[in-house]
Amino acid sequence: MNGTPYTTVIGLEVHVQLKTRTKLFCRCSTAFGAAPNTQTCPVCIGLPGSLPVMNRQAYVLALKTALALHCDIPACTKWDRKNYFYPDLPKGYQISQFDLPMSRDGYLDIGDPQGRFPDRRVRILRAHLEEDAGKSMHDEVAGRADSRIDLNRAGTPLLEIVTHPDLRSPEETKAYLTELKLLLSYIDVSDCNMQEGSLRVDANVNLHLPSPSGTIATPIVEIKNMNSFRAVERALAFEAARQYQVWQETGRKLGDVPKQTRGWDDQAQVTRAQRHKEESSDYRYFPDPDLVPVRVTPAEIDAARAALGELPAALRDRLVTTYALDRYDADVLVNQGRPLVDYFEQVAAQCQDPKRASNWIQQDVLRTLNERGIGIAEFAVAPPVLAELLRMVGSGTLDTMRGRQVLQQMVDTGSDLATAIAALGITEMSDEALVTLCRELLAANPKIVADVKNGKQQALGALIGQARKRNPNADPTRVRKVCAELIEEM
Amino acid sequence: MSLTRADVEKVSLLARLALTPDELDALTVQLGEIIRYVQQLGELDTRDVQPLSHAMDLTNVFADDTLLPSLDREQALANAPKRDAECYRVPAMLGDESSR
Repeated sequence: MNGTPYTTVIGLEVHVQLKTRTKLFCRCSTAFGAAPNTQTCPVCIGLPGSLPVMNRQAYVLALKTALALHCDIPACTKWDRKNYFYPDLPKGYQISQFDLPMSRDGYLDIGDPQGRFPDRRVRILRAHLEEDAGKSMHDEVAGRADSRIDLNRAGTPLLEIVTHPDLRSPEETKAYLTELKLLLSYIDVSDCNMQEGSLRVDANVNLHLPSPSGTIATPIVEIKNMNSFRAVERALAFEAARQYQVWQETGRKLGDVPKQTRGWDDQAQVTRAQRHKEESSDYRYFPDPDLVPVRVTPAEIDAARAALGELPAALRDRLVTTYALDRYDADVLVNQGRPLVDYFEQVAAQCQDPKRASNWIQQDVLRTLNERGIGIAEFAVAPPVLAELLRMVGSGTLDTMRGRQVLQQMVDTGSDLATAIAALGITEMSDEALVTLCRELLAANPKIVADVKNGKQQALGALIGQARKRNPNADPTRVRKVCAELIEEM
Repeated sequence: MSLTRADVEKVSLLARLALTPDELDALTVQLGEIIRYVQQLGELDTRDVQPLSHAMDLTNVFADDTLLPSLDREQALANAPKRDAECYRVPAMLGDESSR
């Protein structure tokens, strides 16, 4: 694998914050960024006598996500208490799902149109609902080594999506995360903002090494604290190399040492061993008596599945079959999100030239969006206008370079198509004017004429730039054609 | 299944209970008796009984995703053993501050 003497084996646990207004078991706000401890109530800070009540919307969003990941939905799911002590966990337990998760056995397909890794079906072991913990901040002000606790986040709904160890490289892992995030944005269940903690990634990684007696596996390490997809990629690459080195030094295999947790230090670009939690495998799960099970009927599951809408994978396929785009182009468009695809489909339908629409949107439109940091909704040129422009380019009324200038003019000034064309002084050159221009060019460039006569057709290219300098309306295709004909006659 | 002293020691550690050796001995006996009492249920033939995950015959108790007022900060922090103007304060936690 990539020239290394081992295979990297990776499984992910992704925590996704679901887009609800209120928490999983109480009606406090989930809004990010509020002043500390202003979004709590007796339920989420665990005061005696308080009772949790399940947020319907959280279950709806979790069901949507599970179905989009092709998971099976058991008819009944229940709530369990995961018991451990930590200052950011006010009740002394986290309400989670243990033996009857709300979904299991799904998958997410990933691929790379550039072929850097093979298409792969990443199996989803389970996706279950749980509540988030609070946030702790270390504070050493004035010599006090305290931690400060903000419980605003405590009780926020999370969907934990667990894969089988099916990923084989940091690149594949990033592709999985990118595809998962795209899927979640298409079905609109999460903001997926890693900076705000609404998408968190933990990775389990070890190495498989070939040996005469079969594959040897190194001890599994869980990596935490990765705050961007890039950090995930780098942490996994670092960790694989580190494990190989440790293997060479110690020969330790899976089972020889307990599972280790390591944190990614983004400053130092290394993983570091974290303190082991005490006896941590024993969370003493038991059913939460305060919450009743959730039952869902096949009809409800079917209705939720039908309401999913078109998912990215299906949309890519459709763009390829309907518009004859190649997979790479379909991928670029779909990965930009549904609004851009909608824009493309309108332009493609109206200009009757999907390939041209795809090219222009990928190059000119996306460049503008990136430069200005805006979304397609804020883009100044509406689909019918771009379609009309592309029709003019397609029919030869405007050459490509002039077309680009017109688009830029509309973007810069917000003007309509006719105004932009007029503002640039664009008028079609008459045949006579063009022939006159070409004769002048040939007279001024005897060397090029000689080269072309000697069979160097590409020498004509130099004339086009000169033609446009003399008259920006000179169409390169026509200049090339007319000059070639004139030289032929000479 | 019988309960050993080591089991009780482990559970007491997880529950953050500091037990003396005498208390460990006594609790091993007492908890063992409780477990033996509950184990009588194992003598029943439950092949035709539906598994139960909750004592009440209720499912799908939901609330709408509608905001209700939270406690104000002073109320929320009122019972904190130690606090500052904004937060609960606890002895330093280092290292593992990530999600679980």
